[in-house]
Formats: sequence, structure tokens, C-alpha cells
Amino acid sequence: MDFNLSEEHRMVQKMVHDFAQREVAPIIKEWDRKQDMAPFILPRMGELGILGICIPVRYGGAGMDYVSLGLACEELEAVDTTLRVVMSVHTGLCSMTLLQWGSEEQKQKFLVPLAKGEKIGCGAFTEPGAGSDFAHIRGSARREGDYYILNGEKMWISLANKADYAMVTMRTNPNAEKASRGLTSFIVDLHSPGVTRGDIHGKLGVRAGSTGWIHFQDVRVPAENRIGEEGEGFKITMSAFDNGRYTVAAGATGLIRAALEESVKYARERQAFGSPIAQHQLIQAKIARMAVDYEAARLLYLQAGWMKNAGSRNTRQTSAAKWFATDASFEAASEAVQIHGGYGFSDEYNVERYLRNSKGAVIYEGSNEIQRLIQASYALGWRTDKPLRRELPPYDPDFWQEEA
Amino acid sequence: MNIVVCVKQVPDTAAQVVVENGQVTWGDAPLVINPWDEFAVEAALQLAKEHGGSVTVLTMGDESAKEAIKHALAMGCKQAVRIEGPADADTLVTAQVLAAAIQKIGDVDLVTFGRQAIDGDNGVTPAMVGRFLGWPVFSLSATIPEIADGVVTVQRATEEGRQVVEGKLPAIFSFGKDIGEPRYPSFMGIRKASRAKVPVWTLDDLGLSALLPAVSWPEVMNPPKREITTEIIEGDSPADIAEKLADKIMAEKVL
Ligand SMILES: Cc1cc2nc3c(=O)[nH]c(=O)nc-3n(C[C@H](O)[C@H](O)[C@H](O)COP(=O)(O)OP(=O)(O)OC[C@H]3O[C@@H](n4cnc5c(N)ncnc54)[C@H](O)[C@@H]3O)c2cc1C
Repeated sequence: MDFNLSEEHRMVQKMVHDFAQREVAPIIKEWDRKQDMAPFILPRMGELGILGICIPVRYGGAGMDYVSLGLACEELEAVDTTLRVVMSVHTGLCSMTLLQWGSEEQKQKFLVPLAKGEKIGCGAFTEPGAGSDFAHIRGSARREGDYYILNGEKMWISLANKADYAMVTMRTNPNAEKASRGLTSFIVDLHSPGVTRGDIHGKLGVRAGSTGWIHFQDVRVPAENRIGEEGEGFKITMSAFDNGRYTVAAGATGLIRAALEESVKYARERQAFGSPIAQHQLIQAKIARMAVDYEAARLLYLQAGWMKNAGSRNTRQTSAAKWFATDASFEAASEAVQIHGGYGFSDEYNVERYLRNSKGAVIYEGSNEIQRLIQASYALGWRTDKPLRRELPPYDPDFWQEEA
Repeated sequence: MNIVVCVKQVPDTAAQVVVENGQVTWGDAPLVINPWDEFAVEAALQLAKEHGGSVTVLTMGDESAKEAIKHALAMGCKQAVRIEGPADADTLVTAQVLAAAIQKIGDVDLVTFGRQAIDGDNGVTPAMVGRFLGWPVFSLSATIPEIADGVVTVQRATEEGRQVVEGKLPAIFSFGKDIGEPRYPSFMGIRKASRAKVPVWTLDDLGLSALLPAVSWPEVMNPPKREITTEIIEGDSPADIAEKLADKIMAEKVL
């Protein structure tokens, strides 16, 4: 048993920390107010290798392990949630799904440019009429010769308006006995005819990011872009969430840390009733909660990352990490605003942005109600994980780092 | 071109450095590469890229200096040497040790430093190393040196403005912010660095013994606490307040 990060992990942490703190922290408020993503973010994250951090070198990635992905997400969200969202969808939902389920040809064609950051990916699953109840999505894919014809609307899609490729799940068999068995996943070029998309404005949080909708009208997708088999779409989407949720958990941990650091700083400085407010025990209680939640959230996501490295199924642990960390980050951000008093209510300080940003993660990648249901069904013995036809490959440094 | 970059390990800039029981401490704050040295590494790597050759990282320090070395390796330096120096080294001793190591490395054309270390803040090590080696020193270099036929041209940042200076190799340079942001380590660099074995040289290996520091620290203290009191001056009109304020300033002998 060893709780130490390796030297490599610490260097990854520092590198991503320095990028986020030096290049993004100084400009983030301005872009959050503009409700737009700073144009340099995606190319810069690509150039630095962050977008392909845990993808093998042979597939264009940086060849680091899954724990490094988590550490990077923690550092990114300690500055702004929108940076981590990029990792959740580009890396977690899109690239890692290709790594797990894609054929060698699909990896060469789609994963390589994604991992290098030359192309941007997203995951388009939710629809206006179905989120939590994902098995009942309505968007359809109909086979026609060597193509599938996609129709439908995807909603609340992060990077909808920035991505080149989307991992999309649609219904191919409306008559399937179980709704979840009638779904199929595709990697779709979003520059195809029939795709229209746009950003959603007026969001509570993640304002410096892009969240939008994608409309598919008779979009012809080559059959070779189908991921896995027909009818495997539900399983593929759920394994995409195993990876997306992991990034959300790690990121939320970073948000707790940021809320804690700002709270400690302010509580030491702000005077009330003749002493720094840090001297008041009710303030200490808030800080104590944040400090311990940070440690617990961190251990939960690192455990999930460690299991991914080892090639162990981690749906249960990842869901627990996501639930715990995102609830705790919302609480931490809210208490950080409280500690800042009136000033916390203004965007002069970062904490109000943390609060607005933290709410999203309680909803997306499986709402925390859904995570509770998952945990309960494991605990009650109603749910067991059956082996998947394709598991996320365990981290093997030699395979990961070998040139193609 | 054979380039050496000297780096030092220091407490993180965010650390609170205090004196406790007569000892300087920064708690459990991490040790990092001296931020100014990142500029020295950047300059060395740019020079190596332009003129060919490799960059060797050199540091004097104990086992804990490895973060600084690994950071420089991860940025792209080819190899590193750590010298186990005396614990009570002052700048003079450090400079003597570094100069001997540079000589031992051999055929060095160029040595880069950060402008100062953020812990000691002396900023004289580059000059002293230059003196021991008998090489010209271009301190506070503000540009990447241009090199043609063994002649170096560089701009120096001075209080008055920029100074263009010229000299011969081998030479010593120290750098600050003006050369532009240092690169981050690449992931490939990080992997290489984490695997790198760093040779350790002792003073014996350098043929040095009984180095006597010229400066010792008999006592270290925390700076005196600043007592700040705030007084709000009331008055009937701005003119009245200003007059009272002016009287106060005169009485306190601020002006
Ligand atoms: C900022 C943001 C970014 C997003 N990015 C993406 C993305 O990149 N890709 C993507 O596909 N989707 C994305 N989403 C969508 C997100 O995953 C869904 O919003 C989420 O899954 C919830 O679905 P819904 O909105 O349809 O709510 P619903 O499913 O309608 O749920 C409404 C409420 O009912 C609760 N509920 C539902 N079923 C149950 C139940 N059985 N028991 C108890 N409570 C229940 C939910 O927890 C929720 O509180 C994003 C959303 C946001 C806000």
C-alpha cells in the first residue's frame, strides 16, 4: 500500500498547474463575463499534450497513465471548470471511448488527431426529452447500404459548437425488446451535411465554455464509423460515462481545493469583532469541512484512477467519487461565498464563479440522484458488473510509450 | 555547443518562510526549481537548438535538489550532475564548487544562470563563478545571446535601459524575465526525467577540500512585526479634513 504520487505524477501536476495558473487564471473572469471561451484554450491544451494526456503515444497521445488524467483535471478545475469540461468530453467521452471500443482503423483515423489536439471531440448523448432516462432517447440511425442516416437532436452538449467529431448514440432498433438494447454508437464528423449546431446562452455557470445543441437531419454516416456492434450503444455510452465521471470527480476535487484556499486566505485577513474571522469557530467549521472533503474526494478519485490503470472495472467507485466530490464542491463553493460575506456575492472574487460552476457537475454525467440509485443498487445486491466485450485497456507503460 | 545551466532548489514561492527556534523553515511547502532558473534553462535550450549541442543541468545540493534537476530535464535538458556540497556553503563556496564542476565537465562553451535565487536573493553567484573561471560574465541578459565566430552579442537590462555588450566565449550569462516565458516540461520530457539517473559528484571528485565560507549566519530572525493602526479623520468639510490630515502628517514627521 502506498499513497505517494510518483515523481512523474508530481511533474504532471506542476506542469498543468503552471499552465492553468499562468495562462488562464489571469483572464478567466473576463471570459466568464463575456460568456465565451478564450480562443487560445483548445489549441494551447492540444499543443501542450494535455488533450491526449492518457492516450498511448502510438495513437498520438502523451502516453501518461489514467491517474495523470485525474491529476490534470484537478489542477484545471482549480482554475476554472470549463477547462476540465474540455477533458471530460474531448478526452473522457470521445477519445477514451475510441481507445476502449474503436477498431484499429477507427483509432488511426479519429483517435490520433484527437489525441494530438488537431481535432476536437465531444460526446452527444442527452436529448431535449431524455437525459437520466437515457435508454429512451429518440434520435434515430437507419441503415441504408454502407451508411447510417442519423436524425434527431442532442441537447446540453459541451463543446457542441467547437468540436470536429462527436461520439453519438442513436436508436437503431425501435422494436428492441428492451429499449436500451436498441441503441448504437457512432463517431460522427460534425462538418457533415445535415448537421446544424449552436451554443446555449444564459447559463448559470461554465460561462467561459461552450455548451450547445446539435441537430442531425438526414446525416449520412459511413457504416465504418459505427463503434462496436449494433445494439451495443447503451453499454458503450455507460462506459464513456465511467471515464467522463472520473474527470468530473477529479475536477470537482480541484474546485473544493480552490474554494478552501480562497476561504483560508480571506478568513485570515478579514476582521470582525476584533479578530480575523478565522478565529470564529463557525468559520473554522466550514473550513474544516472543506479540508476533509478535499482529502476524501481526492482519495476516491485516485482510487478510481488506480483501478483504471490496473484494468479493474470501476463503475461503482467512479460513480461514488463523482457523487461525493461534486456534492462536496457545491457545498464548499457555497460556504466559500458565505465566508467572503458580501464580497463573495460579487465577481470581484472567484468564489461566486466557483459556486455557479459547481452546480453543473451535480447535474451532468449522471445527476447525483442517479449516482445515489447506482450506489444503492450495488449495495442492495441488485447490480453486478458483467464483463464488457471491450474493457478500457489497463495502463501498460511499455505499450503506451512505444512509438507506432 | 556544450552548454551548462546551473539551477537551485528553493521553497515554493507560495511558501511562508519563517524562523522557528533559530532555524529557517517553510513547513511542508514543496521545494521547486528557483523560478529565475527556468529562464536560464529556457535560454540554454534555445541556444542548443540554434547552434546544436546539448545542455547539462548542474546543481549543488543534497538529495532534495532532485526536483529542480528533474524539472530542468523535463524541460528538455539532456543530462544532469548533482554535487553534494558542504551544508554551510555561502555564495563564495558555491561559486568555487560550481566552477570546479564546470571545469570537470570540460569543453564548456557557455553557462547560464537565473538572475538570482529567490531564497538567498544574493544574485552574485554567476559573477563569482565567472571570476573563478576567468570568463566574461553577462549578467541580467535580456535577450538570447547571438553567437557568430566565437563572438557573443547580448542586450543587458539596466535601470537606464538596454545595453548592447559583446564578448568572447566561453562565457557566463544570467537571465531574467525579458527573454520571454520559459516553456513547460513536455510529457515526454517528464517521462525521460523521471527515469533519468543523476550522477552525484563529491568535493573529492572535484579535487576540492576544506572550503571556507566567507560569510556565516550567526543568527536569523523574523522581520519585526509591522504594527499598523488606522485612523479615520473626521471633519466638517473636505478642506477641514485635509487641514487636520496635513497637521497629523507634519506632527508624525512623515514629511
Ligand atoms: C453544463 C452542462 C453540460 C452538459 N454536457 C453534456 C455533454 O457534453 N453531453 C451530454 O450528452 N450531455 C450533457 N449534459 C446533459 C446532462 O448529462 C443531463 O442534463 C443530465 O444527464 C440530466 O438529464 P436531464 O437534463 O434530461 O434531466 P432529467 O433526466 O429530466 O432529470 C430531471 C431531474 O429528475 C431527476 N431524476 C431523473 N430520474 C430520476 C430517478 N429515476 N430518480 C430520482 N430522480 C430522478 C434528475 O436527477 C434531475 O434532478 C450537460 C448538462 C449541463 C447542464
